[in-house]
Amino acid sequence: MEQEISNIAREATAALPPKPVIEVKNLRKGFDKVEVLRDLSLQLFENENLVVLGKSGSGKSVLIKCMVRLLRADAGTIRIFGENVQEMNDRELAELRVKIGFLFQRGALYDSMTIRENLEFPLVRIKKYLSRKEIDAKIEEALENVGLSDTINKMPSQLSGGMRKRASLARTIVVDPMIMLYDEPTTGLDPVTSDEISMLINNVKKKYNTSSVIITHDIACARATGDRVIMLNEGEVHMEGTIRSFEQSSDPLIQSFFKFREPSSAKAQPHHG
Amino acid sequence: MKAIRPVLQRIPKLPSVKTQAIKISDNAIKKTQLTTRFFREVGEFCLFAWLTLKATFSRDFEFREFLRQCFKVGNKTLPLISLTGLVIGLVLTIQSRPILANFGATSMLPGMVALSLVREMGPVVTALICCGKIGSGMGAELGSMKVTEQIDAMEVSSTNPMRYLVVPRVLAATLMIPVLVLYADAFGILGSWAGANIKGDVTFTLFFTQAFSAIWFSDFFPAVIKTFFFGAAIGFVGCYKGFTAGRGTESVGKAANQSVVLASVFVILIDLIAVQITDMLY
Repeated sequence: MEQEISNIAREATAALPPKPVIEVKNLRKGFDKVEVLRDLSLQLFENENLVVLGKSGSGKSVLIKCMVRLLRADAGTIRIFGENVQEMNDRELAELRVKIGFLFQRGALYDSMTIRENLEFPLVRIKKYLSRKEIDAKIEEALENVGLSDTINKMPSQLSGGMRKRASLARTIVVDPMIMLYDEPTTGLDPVTSDEISMLINNVKKKYNTSSVIITHDIACARATGDRVIMLNEGEVHMEGTIRSFEQSSDPLIQSFFKFREPSSAKAQPHHG
Repeated sequence: MKAIRPVLQRIPKLPSVKTQAIKISDNAIKKTQLTTRFFREVGEFCLFAWLTLKATFSRDFEFREFLRQCFKVGNKTLPLISLTGLVIGLVLTIQSRPILANFGATSMLPGMVALSLVREMGPVVTALICCGKIGSGMGAELGSMKVTEQIDAMEVSSTNPMRYLVVPRVLAATLMIPVLVLYADAFGILGSWAGANIKGDVTFTLFFTQAFSAIWFSDFFPAVIKTFFFGAAIGFVGCYKGFTAGRGTESVGKAANQSVVLASVFVILIDLIAVQITDMLY
């Protein structure tokens, strides 16, 4: 009897529409007289990887910066876990940001600190209750997850571009975020390292159960990581769907984007999601 | 008529009314833009000052970072300040000695040099050197952090960059520059004693006794007080310029350069005000 009830409950839950963790409605953002985002609306669902594709200057990075309020939107609403980001006070915003990990395009590691200190920096400020031993264990675990255990005492300047990205990813996951925002995670990297980063994104999702927005114009990365894809063009959503629907699209803009890009080796990797 | 024509040809064509009107309107637009930019800059500066003040008195003071900055501002500037202080004292003595000798007042040399060092030369020269060394360093460091999105990364990880980056730097400069000034004064008097011994023979004890007997509390106290303001201005301007740097790498150099210029102007203005206040009080 109990088993039956539990099965019914599970089926009922599965039948419910998925819960959005981020909900963007009619977002507008401009700089001086140039409107970068125009009436943009999208949703990110729980435990989903949403890839946002688009040409340079299409407003992809502006979109995720508005999500964490590094930039103030001119109009529209952004709800994260149901709360309107635009209306939050400083304390509420700080509390929300604890739940969000942001991987910057160039890593944004603190130059004057070692990798250990880089990881320790957010950890000791966000999780003040942790003991020294627990902090060290968390740092080591995060670095191990990105395959950088050996670099713990190195300075960021001693690392290669790919390693810096991975170290930066370790810094974001060390505080156990619920949402990950990746700003062009594979830009400037060679194809092999790009594939490694794409795999790491999938691993982070699996291990930390995160929902992610991945901003990219790298089709290989989109193929390897995306559950759902959105194409931005001139500040608006041009197309939304799965990567397969994009590949089969006859739209000239989509075609021009996918035309000369061969599927990468990362596609062969099992996709968790 | 034929004779007049060459003369008329030589007269330059007068600009038409339309061209003149365009020129006037262009000038007016430029002036308006300049005025708007100036007031915007003043507004941003005041807002930054308010945020810094707010962050200074908030909880979770970054004490470790404050100590690190004190070490950076204080200890790492010592060699430069020692050399500068020594040279100022030496030069001042070498230049003043013949003039005082003309009046038969060579014995007043230690007192005169000490007084000018403690009241004016020491604080202002040290502060101006710190504008170059500390102000530009802060501007460039924070500017490059801004360009490489490190400040954004800090903000996103729920750390207030004002509290971590600005407050420790401003406080360190405010507290360390008075110490550096006193240190430069001491080296200046030492340099002066060395200068006095080039053409004469004065004992160390006699020189220092004469130097310190000329300095009163009213000379020393206002000079030290103003150095706290010098320090605050240098730290604050350096941080402000770094924080408001643009996005390109070029803006890092610009931020460093502007930090030096603006901090130097502030030092001179504060000195002017301090001298006026001291003059009224003593």
